[in-house]
Amino acid sequence: MDMHRTEAGGVPEPAVSARRISKTYGHVEALRNLTLEFPRGQLTSLLGPSGCGKTTLLKIIAGLLEPTSGEVQVNGAPVTGPGPDRAFVFQDFALLPWASVLRNVAFGLELRGVGRTEREGIAEKYIRNVGLAGFENNFPHELSGGMRQRVGLARALAVDSQVLLMDEPFSAVDEQTRRKFQEDLLGLVAEENKTFLFVTHSIEEAVYVSDQIAILLPRPSRVSDVIRPSGLRAKDVADIRRDPEYLDIVDQIWASLRNYVE
Amino acid sequence: MNRSLLLMNRSLLLKLLSAAVVFGAWEIAGRIPVSFGFPTFFESMLALANMVGDGSLFEAYSDTLRPLVIGLIISAFLGIGIGLWIGLSSWFDWLVLPIFIVMQAAPLAALIPLLVMVYGIGLTSKIFVVCIMAMPVIVLNTAGGVRNAPTNLKEMGRSFLGNERDIVLKVIIPSASPIIFSGLRLGTSAGFIGAILSELKITPTGVGDIITYSRSIADYPSMYAAIFSIIVLAVLFLNLLERIERWLFEGNVRGYASD
Repeated sequence: MDMHRTEAGGVPEPAVSARRISKTYGHVEALRNLTLEFPRGQLTSLLGPSGCGKTTLLKIIAGLLEPTSGEVQVNGAPVTGPGPDRAFVFQDFALLPWASVLRNVAFGLELRGVGRTEREGIAEKYIRNVGLAGFENNFPHELSGGMRQRVGLARALAVDSQVLLMDEPFSAVDEQTRRKFQEDLLGLVAEENKTFLFVTHSIEEAVYVSDQIAILLPRPSRVSDVIRPSGLRAKDVADIRRDPEYLDIVDQIWASLRNYVE
Repeated sequence: MNRSLLLMNRSLLLKLLSAAVVFGAWEIAGRIPVSFGFPTFFESMLALANMVGDGSLFEAYSDTLRPLVIGLIISAFLGIGIGLWIGLSSWFDWLVLPIFIVMQAAPLAALIPLLVMVYGIGLTSKIFVVCIMAMPVIVLNTAGGVRNAPTNLKEMGRSFLGNERDIVLKVIIPSASPIIFSGLRLGTSAGFIGAILSELKITPTGVGDIITYSRSIADYPSMYAAIFSIIVLAVLFLNLLERIERWLFEGNVRGYASD
């Protein structure tokens, strides 16, 4: 796993690559000719103002939307629809309100036809991992926003896909919970040998959690810059926000984005 | 535990209290009397006890319940099936939905002579009346619930590799279930009205016969007892439906005013 964490210049080979992706809705051009690679085992953020097409790109990679032109490859194979190699974490959690936490976490496995005892065993393990032990039989409406997103995360982890697609996963939870999530996410990236694609509109969040930040700009949508923080991963999670490199990158990104904010 | 017991007792107490208020008002109104044709509560209950005692009430219900239950079962299965199809296919929606909107809006009593002309005065006509009353609202609610199933949940089902069938059975139907069940409740009430209406308008049998006959001989307590019994039965039936819903989709039910 550590072999992926080589110093700048030694970027691991891409697990996901998007090539010349365009997407138009009627007359609206959401993406134009976008090319981007996502290194294996690392977390790449898609950062940009709203309307820049970052969620559209993520859904195209997930196979939920079809690009008007262009191709997405996951591990070298072209994407034609949702697949077992990718799991999605939704901004609004997308939990089944009539199902218990246990069934929600096991739902991905249920849809894959895994037997009940086996999938519930796996689900229980991930419920413990995300810190929700004891809530297996509660319903989503009995949980706080942060706990609901932990359920969404456990569901995505339970299907054990190599690629995790996260669509603004922390934007619907409160600030304190978000900080805790960001720290936990760093631990997850270090522990699990997975490739993370992370959509966010928060510059600080992107710099804090990412190995690579792709800045997307609207009208026409394009990748304006790819930034790879070099020294932040070695730091303790508590020190990152004071690190000069962190502060410089945040400033640099804001300087490039400020012209595009209405 | 003590507290929940107390809460249960409290809700039971409130129910008994509200029943006492309604029945008390009925008793007073009967005693004034507001109309010659309006019996007191106790007279009506006495008449009810008599009808239960001599078994005539059960005999009447065995006649009334047959078209009602058959009609409701047909309406529920066919109604949910057609509603599902309408909700899932815009083509079928275009073709079939207007029929049910018209059925929902049409004055049913005007159609009864037509039904009798085609299907005679037997069971078939009565089942038809129950179905025409109950089915449109079940179809329309099911179609609406299915069409408005949250996109994000359908997307979630697809992204976790659910096939069409999984998504319909495990995502769309459960998320539409509160609206489907409210359609079933409305349809059931309408079905009860249809069953009694068919007995008043087609041939006097069962409870409809008790109502018509008691009125014709001015035995108002029996008439009101029959009406009272059908209301009680309808309420019990609706409670049963709510229990089934809660048992099937527990997390969807966040405490309605039960009973």
